[in-house]
Amino acid sequence: MDKEIRREIILDNYQNPVNRGLVDDNSYIKKNTNNDSCIDNIDMMMKIEDDVVKDIVFDGEACAICTSATSIIIKSLIGKKVSDAINIITNYQNMINEEEYDKDVLGELLVYDEIYLQPNRKTCALLPSRAVINIIKEYEK
Amino acid sequence: MNRDDFPILKNNLIYFDNGATTLKPKCVVDKMVSYYTEYTSNIHRGDYNNATVTNREYDEVRNIVKNFINASSSDEIIYTSGTTESLNMVAFGFFRYKLNSDDEILITKAEHASNILPWQVLEEEHHGKVKYIELDENHELTIENLLKAITPKTKVVSVAHVSNVIGDIRDISKIGRICKEKGIYFVVDAAQSASHIKIDVQDSNVSFLAFSAHKMTGPTGVGILYGKKELLDEMRPLKYGGGMNQSFEVDGTYILKETPIKFEAGTPPIAEVIGLGEAIKFIESIGVDKIHEHEYGLKKYLIENLEKIPNVVLYNKNSKSGIVSFNVKGVFPQDTSIYLNTYNIAIRAGNHCAKVLKDELNIKNTCRVSLYLYNTKEEVDVLIEALKRSEDIFKVVI
Repeated sequence: MDKEIRREIILDNYQNPVNRGLVDDNSYIKKNTNNDSCIDNIDMMMKIEDDVVKDIVFDGEACAICTSATSIIIKSLIGKKVSDAINIITNYQNMINEEEYDKDVLGELLVYDEIYLQPNRKTCALLPSRAVINIIKEYEK
Repeated sequence: MNRDDFPILKNNLIYFDNGATTLKPKCVVDKMVSYYTEYTSNIHRGDYNNATVTNREYDEVRNIVKNFINASSSDEIIYTSGTTESLNMVAFGFFRYKLNSDDEILITKAEHASNILPWQVLEEEHHGKVKYIELDENHELTIENLLKAITPKTKVVSVAHVSNVIGDIRDISKIGRICKEKGIYFVVDAAQSASHIKIDVQDSNVSFLAFSAHKMTGPTGVGILYGKKELLDEMRPLKYGGGMNQSFEVDGTYILKETPIKFEAGTPPIAEVIGLGEAIKFIESIGVDKIHEHEYGLKKYLIENLEKIPNVVLYNKNSKSGIVSFNVKGVFPQDTSIYLNTYNIAIRAGNHCAKVLKDELNIKNTCRVSLYLYNTKEEVDVLIEALKRSEDIFKVVI
């Protein structure tokens, strides 16, 4: 992907992320996620109905990579079946972790396909995906 | 100054994260290596030559520390793993047995986690109540506000000598006098001050004082707890085991050794203690006052220049240490820190373990530059230039 386009997409999602702001609604499952090695800290809330991701919102303080990844993940998952959401997230995590992944399911998330070149930013990119997994695990309980 | 003493600086590193840990001079590393390569042995047990050398080197450091902070006796110097352990020992080995549920513990919102959490846990255990001394408009601790906060129930004042985000220097001599008059215990977290500002525990009437070797050119893993002898005699150890007991019997009776040995169970970090001694010698060869003058001079120069950059927000312009906290408008501190790394500049981004300071600053995270003896005006210029070009941050970090 062209470096300029990549930067533009990331920056746009950082400066104007979608669905920022939590909601007061019990039908959402909420998870906080942060990690020791950086200062990113986000709350994510997801509403799943009939095995379909109906809505995701988030809030928190995080760097450009983490915030933009959260925004793009939210856009990628809303409207998807839970099984498809898991597939997207698994492939996304594989991409960040330099493992084999299916490019075709990732869409805009491919802007992070070279994040492994900055190892200390992998955790930033992975953070929102962990929140998604934790929420889905709770839903499936 | 003394840049040649720090081998790591040969790699053009611009190291501004001294509040987290300082770089190590070759003399400290060499001193520790010599323990490992020339006279390795445990302490206080062997009768052979190397054990004698180790004992002498290890015990001598207590005396070096005693003189460094002007304690009245080397028995008042306890080797610990660092400031955190020292402050935990004070809270849980001393104040747990001293404080009733109504007694008040005065701290500030600018304290490090190590000087807040132990007190919060004591409160949870009904040994005291944590009260916060109000900070002034510069987020600094003033004597007036301390006096306002003291009540007849105040039993402890526990504050950092230099706070680690704002960098204000607290007048421990005055605070100590006030505490003495009012019969209040005075605990000092000297992690950010020990090698920056001269400390005199007697003059400042300090009850307990804690610091870490690694923030003063020494090794990680070792620190000091100073306590007045009579208080240490009352204090209970948190660790029991080898080296600290006189005797113990199957009927459950035991006798502990005297202060300070009763607090030093197990084999200590011997090389590190010896390294701490060397670090103090190194610092004293330069002069603590000279170090402070140098880093504060650099801070003033940095502030003067950062003030000219419109998108830089400063949080502690006025404090008189070498700490500068700032943000670049619209940029998350971690992104700023990653950007500066491309200039080989090491700074810290985060909350700096001062997690309740956000109530004061109305912002959770900042970038922190903490200066030290080996930093130069030229290095500060590189930082200023980098921040002047900060509209490029996202071009660089994404």
